Amino acid sequence: MSNISLIVLLLALMAIAYQVGMVRSRKVATINPGVRMHSRPQHYGMMVGLWAVLPAFFVLLIWAWFAPGVINTMVQASLPAEFTTLDGNEMRIVMRRISNLAANFGIVADAADWELVAAEYMKQLQHSSTMLLTALMATLASAGLVISFYKIQPQLRARHQVERVVKVLLVLCSTVAVLTTVGIVLSMVGETMKFFSFIKPSDFFFGTTWNPRFSTTGVGEGSLTGSQGSFGLLPLLSGTMLVAFIALVVAIPLGLMVAIYLSEYAPAKFRATAKPIIEVLAGIPTIVYGFFALVTVGPFLTDLGAMLGLTIRATSALTAGVVMGIMIVPFISSLTDDIITQVPKTMRDGSLGLGATKSETILKVVLPAALPGIVGAVLLAASRAIGETMIVVLAAGNSPALTANPFEAVSTVTVTIVNQLTGDNDFASPQSLVAFALGLTLFVITLLLNVMALVIVRKYREQYE
Amino acid sequence: MKVAEPLIKPVITAGTVQQKVNASLARRHRKERVFKSFGLAAVLASLALVLILFINIFSKGLPAFWQSAITLDIYFDPQVVNISEKPVQAANESDNAFRQRDIEWQTEVGFINFNRLITDSLEKVLPDARQHRRDLQRIVTSGERFALRDMVVQDPGIIGQTRTLHLLTDANIDVWLKGNIDRSLPDAMQQLSPKMREWVQQLSEQGLIQNRFSFALFMNADSRSSLASAGLAGAFMGSLYMMLVVIVLAVPMGVAAAIYLEEFAPKNRFTDFVEVNINNLAAVPSIVFGLLGASVFIGWFNLPMSAPIVGGLVLSLMTLPTVIIATRSTLKAIPPSIRQAALGLGASKMQAIFHHVLPLAIPGILTGAILGVAQALGEAAPLLLIGMKSFVASVPGSPFDQSTALPVQIFLWQGNELRNFFEARTSAAIIVLLALMISLNALAIWLRKKYEKRW
Repeated sequence: MSNISLIVLLLALMAIAYQVGMVRSRKVATINPGVRMHSRPQHYGMMVGLWAVLPAFFVLLIWAWFAPGVINTMVQASLPAEFTTLDGNEMRIVMRRISNLAANFGIVADAADWELVAAEYMKQLQHSSTMLLTALMATLASAGLVISFYKIQPQLRARHQVERVVKVLLVLCSTVAVLTTVGIVLSMVGETMKFFSFIKPSDFFFGTTWNPRFSTTGVGEGSLTGSQGSFGLLPLLSGTMLVAFIALVVAIPLGLMVAIYLSEYAPAKFRATAKPIIEVLAGIPTIVYGFFALVTVGPFLTDLGAMLGLTIRATSALTAGVVMGIMIVPFISSLTDDIITQVPKTMRDGSLGLGATKSETILKVVLPAALPGIVGAVLLAASRAIGETMIVVLAAGNSPALTANPFEAVSTVTVTIVNQLTGDNDFASPQSLVAFALGLTLFVITLLLNVMALVIVRKYREQYE
Repeated sequence: MKVAEPLIKPVITAGTVQQKVNASLARRHRKERVFKSFGLAAVLASLALVLILFINIFSKGLPAFWQSAITLDIYFDPQVVNISEKPVQAANESDNAFRQRDIEWQTEVGFINFNRLITDSLEKVLPDARQHRRDLQRIVTSGERFALRDMVVQDPGIIGQTRTLHLLTDANIDVWLKGNIDRSLPDAMQQLSPKMREWVQQLSEQGLIQNRFSFALFMNADSRSSLASAGLAGAFMGSLYMMLVVIVLAVPMGVAAAIYLEEFAPKNRFTDFVEVNINNLAAVPSIVFGLLGASVFIGWFNLPMSAPIVGGLVLSLMTLPTVIIATRSTLKAIPPSIRQAALGLGASKMQAIFHHVLPLAIPGILTGAILGVAQALGEAAPLLLIGMKSFVASVPGSPFDQSTALPVQIFLWQGNELRNFFEARTSAAIIVLLALMISLNALAIWLRKKYEKRW
């Protein structure tokens, strides 16, 4: 029986146990007239259900976690002597063949005798493992059900038990976010360390050429002797910064002016229609922007450049940056809008009362007061621009060169992550592992920007509350 | 030697202030007008950008919903479709044995030259067809022979009959008829041979080749051999499975986490840490989640590459912060008096929250969840890293099958070599994606409008 059907069975059992518990508690209540039950019938039902299901479920979890490993070890131990000394990778191949045979998944015709024997043994072990698990779960479930069934008494604090379990569940769910961060950091640090065992960190962080040779074989004989290409981060970082900078140059003035106009000048009706329409820009998938950049903005910029006597490549830092800028406009404008509306009205009134015009009030009073918040918004926007992937994959031209010319094709950290992990590279080669080093760099940069933004915004909030 | 300036400047009289202010007023008002018009220009420019983007995509993509198809009378010639009878399960036959026979029969059907049926019927409408057999075989897109095969498999009684069918033409013919290629280009640069162009002209004048609504776009999976019948069904199902995983995982988990953090969590270091964590996670670039998926779900847990289950897990982790933040702000907006009233009547804290606060928060939670799902639906970058970029020619039957997703399909199609056919098709795929996202967002707005309460 597969784990999924076991889980479905458990759920069904829980529903039955719930009903049983409820009925029992009502019966107990009629047996003991005059004594108030501590909890509601539903609580007794839940309690019986949980007692029936939870222990069995834990056993299932532990079993699913350990059983395959144990079976593998036992099968390995049963292999003929010449195979038990194989090293990690070869052993894995042998075991995969055997497990495929055991699952009737492989070609049986060309299997060796010892493989068939091992596969048969494995099948047997798997079968008895499932039987054992099912039996264990059935025992636990019925024991839990029966015991909790007879424990139902007016004094039993069923509600407390149920609520404790629910609370533990809630806590578990809220730690998932922490676990995700831990997972991100651990997995990336681990793979990055593996990468740094091939390439010196200084060559990675300060290298000025990016030329990872193609590798399908990973770390063969030749690849360690200098022929494995150079993994310099700087060209990618400069490309990333260039694109992000162009995006901010487009988005900051546009976004700020939109926010100022909508919050200070626009009539309520105009604001109510214009704001959601502009925010549509934030909801459009980035792949759509990428396509737009590639087929429309890029050729348009090239034509424009030709008119002005400039050579602009269709896929260039400029194309990607401009389109990314369009993408961030609503991001900056709605954050800034919130901040500007938070500036107290008294400050505006004071300035206007002294005879300043509206624009003078905005430029000399409102904006300076909102500046920390605006800086925070810009930092958040910058972190989004740096981490953006699909637009640059399609429109930045993918040419890792150390250049400051926005009309040239560049490559960015995110583009390179995609390129290195979606090719035919072996997962254990530096060519693939470098993606994790790049990812870690990206994670750290955006983390710093976010933390800075949060600190600045928080400080600002304290000022006016 | 200079005379030292007097320490006290001469007092400015009211008259001079008046003069100065008056003199500067015109300039200042002009500045004001300029500033205001800059603001208006920025708003209009942003609105124009939205408009340009949509007009651009729609004008490119809408024509691709119709593609040229040829109307042919296909005669299922028994001499060509020469097969044994379709096996029927006998009463005493085991399922396995029957399946074996059925597979053998289907293989037999697979060997039949269904192209022959198409070329035969084309020869009836094109008198000079025999001299140009190679060109003739290219008129109908190659995937249509499988449609004929499926018709025979479904109903072998069709053999010997004639059916009038609309078959998709080759992608290059569609390009030619839609004018997506310069017709004045020399022969060497044309995608169609001169003979085919002549035929296509003739057939479309006869009304045999017409633009018909392209069901293939919605019913078929992706295809590389028969470009005209490449469709979105595979990607759509992949996305659907992923969204199911997101709804099943991210939404309950996010709501539970938000309830704990908002209602139960004591104010301490750990809670602060969790909170900062969630805020940061919301701003982590999506591609980092792809790396997480590649190394943890595929590397450690040995889940299958390219499967919607892995994509769904990755997108769930990505959406979790969105759901948590939305739910928390909804819970925050519910007045404490509700909780206090419940507690005052003897409810436990858990009962107060689950019986009284949560039902009131449901519209807000749903809105947040829908927005989270919409965000996940459009995300492509992390999916590229877990193998969903690979070409899959079938519609996935379960979340564990290989599959791709709508945004990734857009990415794959925009890179197809046959640019003048796939540019429109990609835009059509974008329209489908945008339509899905806009309807999700509209649903969220409707829910908010309908159930929004001001306390």
